[in-house]
Formats: sequence, structure tokens, C-alpha cells
Amino acid sequence: MATLLRSITLRRLAIATVVVLGAGYALAFLHAPEDADQGFIQKIFYLHVPLAIVALVGFIVAGLFAIQHLRTGDSKWDARSYVSIHLSVIFGVGVLLTGAIWAKGSWGVWWEWREPTLVSFLIVFLLYATYYPLRYAIEDRERQGRYASVFAITAGAFVPLNFAAVRAAQPLVHPRTFSDAGGLPGSMLLAFLVCLAGMALLWVTLVRFELASKQASGDLKRIRRALGGDGGPPTPARSIAPVATSAMSSMRAEGKP
Amino acid sequence: MSPFSALLRKDLRVELRTLRSLPAMALFAVSAFVIFRFGLDRTTLDGELAAGVLVPTLLFAALLAINRLFIAEREEGGFDLIRLAPVDRTVLFAAKASALVIYLVVLELIAVPIFALFFLDSVSGLLPFALVLLLANIGLAATGTLISTIATMSSARDLLAPLILLPLLIPLVIAAAGAGEHLLAAGGPDYGRFGTWLALLGLYDLIFLLVGYATFDFLLED
Repeated sequence: MATLLRSITLRRLAIATVVVLGAGYALAFLHAPEDADQGFIQKIFYLHVPLAIVALVGFIVAGLFAIQHLRTGDSKWDARSYVSIHLSVIFGVGVLLTGAIWAKGSWGVWWEWREPTLVSFLIVFLLYATYYPLRYAIEDRERQGRYASVFAITAGAFVPLNFAAVRAAQPLVHPRTFSDAGGLPGSMLLAFLVCLAGMALLWVTLVRFELASKQASGDLKRIRRALGGDGGPPTPARSIAPVATSAMSSMRAEGKP
Repeated sequence: MSPFSALLRKDLRVELRTLRSLPAMALFAVSAFVIFRFGLDRTTLDGELAAGVLVPTLLFAALLAINRLFIAEREEGGFDLIRLAPVDRTVLFAAKASALVIYLVVLELIAVPIFALFFLDSVSGLLPFALVLLLANIGLAATGTLISTIATMSSARDLLAPLILLPLLIPLVIAAAGAGEHLLAAGGPDYGRFGTWLALLGLYDLIFLLVGYATFDFLLED
């Protein structure tokens, strides 16, 4: 699977993302019926839910990358884990914003504490927001990567547990606001699944893009240093982004148009 | 003497001689109760308010000990010694987590009776609640020890541990406060969802003890 993914160039991946996402939203707006109960505002479902699922899976994938980092000691896995968390946090901001808009549109309030999925997501988001101060507080690059990986594994294990805990905290009488996708009519389900696939592709594309960009700037810095040092701007005293290693150069080469 | 009991005894002896953590934790908890008395303007508490005051207070008091857990190791070179010693490093995790559980039990033996004296009309729910607190202590010690190690080795120290731990401990608060709400209810304890909360606490303990056991070694590498 991983090798298959790597063999697809970044450009093809980007094109596929645009096509699938475009098709998904075309289906959502043109083909899927308007929700009888919620009306047009329900269309945000095709943005909010795929964003949330992709962000959460991204957090867990970051934990798996972190396990690989600790097992192999290869910093390319740390870079992958970092970029995965970074993009999932950005997606997470989108989830909270679209969630608030949807809540306002359909329940009349910006925030709803009795919706367990939204509350769980907020807790997970708060936890991952501390990933940045954690990295920033450790200067030694190698140790920073190791500690960040321990955090990513701990937090990755926390994600499903937290969902179970928040679900358990709901009073039993409260109805589930959204049943799972299985309850959707066919055309809605199709639009939702295509949007979900498109969002997942967007995440993978952005992760690959950021890794390629990190690799390029790392290479540039190395070349500048090799050419006599003083050519480039001074390196910042401290950075939270992991160092890109040559192990990723193959990836970058493929990513080039 | 096994390395585990040697490390644990060392920690407890240091705490007994210096009293760096426990008196501060107990004092913090009692002051917080007084703050809540005026903040809520209530002289008796029951149900969700009793649980909502007691559980977060114990959690915040625990953060004081968690922040100090590895101070001696960092300042006196204890980390280097454990790296040099021919023992499994995970033993340090087990010993520190056990020391933390003992601190928390002592804290609760002081703070919970004072809480009951201040606010509770009936103490019949406290015995089953002790079981809830014990399970919560184990989870708190597992995540606390792991995050404390990370924070101690960083330059942000006291800032980082509460920042990471507060969201990480929310499931424990949900379970402990959820159980406490029914156990400390005005009409006597109610065991409605007691099993669910105990199962959730047990699951939390198991997961984070395993994560700590698996990853602690990587925190000590140099």
C-alpha cells in the first residue's frame, strides 16, 4: 500500500484530489436530495463530517508513524508524523468552525455540549494543540523527535478512548443526533462517500506536498552550507519542524513535475 | 532488594525527609475547598456539585506532585545514574508511578475526610467512591509519570505538564465525576452506572500503563 502510494506522483495525486472532491461536491449539491428536516444547511454535512473523519484518522496515522520512528530511529518517520499532526490540526480548525456553523443553523446555538462527537473532537483538538509547545520546548533535534513520537503515540491511543468516555457521559435519554452513515438514503450516502474519499486524497496530497517542501528547503540549506556557509540567511535558533533526511529525497524526486 | 523497591523506597524516603510535595498538595486542596465554598456560595454539596468540586480539586493538587516528580532526578543527575545502572529502565517508570499513586492515596486520605466534614451531609457514598478514586489514581499516575518525564527534560518544565495533562485527563474526570455524582447524591448512593465508570477507568489505566511501559525507555535515551 505504502509503495503503491509512493509510486504515484504528486501532480497526479493533486489532479485526482481536485477531480474527486469536485465530483463529490457536485453530487452533494446537484444529485443528493435536500434534507427534509434541516433543509439546505444539511449540505455542510458533506464538508464537516469528511473533514472530521480524515482529521481523526490522520491523528491515528501520525501515531503509527511515530511507532515506526521509535522502532527504526529514522527521522523521516518523525517528519511524517509531524506533518500528519500538523495537517490534522488544520483540518481540526475547519471541523470546529463548520461544526459551530451547522449547530447554529440547525439548533440555533453556536455550541452544543450534548453532542458528544463535537465535544470529543474539541478535547482531542486541545490535546494536539499542545504538540507545538512540546516540540518548541525541546532544543535537541533528536530528542525533540523522540519525545514528539512518544506524545503522538500516547495521544493516538487517547483518541478512541476519549470518544468512548464522552459518549458514556451523555445522559441515556439524549437521542443520537446523527445516526451513522448506514441510515442515509442511497444518493446521500454516495455523495458522502465520494466527498470522504476526496477529503482523504486532499489530506494525503497536502502531507506529501509539505514533506516535499521540507525536503527541498533542507536540501537548499545543506547546499548553501556546503558552498561556503555565508550565502544564505542565518538559520533560526530553534525550530519545531523535524529535519528532513536524505531518505526522503526519492520521494521528492518523484514529486517533481 | 529489587531495583523497583529500591527506587520506590528512595522516593518515599526523600519525600518523608524533605516533605516537598505532600503538604503542599494537601494545603492546596483544602484552600481550594474554601475557595469553592465562596465561589459557589454553598455550605453543603451533593450530587454533581460535590463530585465537580472534589474531583477537579484532587486533579489540580495532583499536578503539583507531577510537576515535582522528576526534579531530584534532573538536578542531582539521577537520570544519568539510571542510564548507567545495569537495570531495565522501565523500572523507573514503575517506581515513579507507584510513588505517585502513594502520594495521591495519602492526599485523598487527608483531603476527602476534610471535604466530607466541610460539605457532605452523608458519608455513605464515600466507601464505593474510594474504589473509583483508586482506579483514577492509577491512570493519573501512568499519564502523569510519562508526561512529567517529557516536561522535566524540556525547557518549558512547569508549563508543559499541566498543558498536556489537562486534556489527556478529561476521560478520568468524566468517569470519576460521573460516578461521584451518583454516589454522593443527596438521597444516598445510587449504583446506576457504577460498572460503566469502573470499566472506563480500568480501560484508561490499562491503555496508559501499556503506553508508558512501551515508550518510557525512549524518553531516557541520550
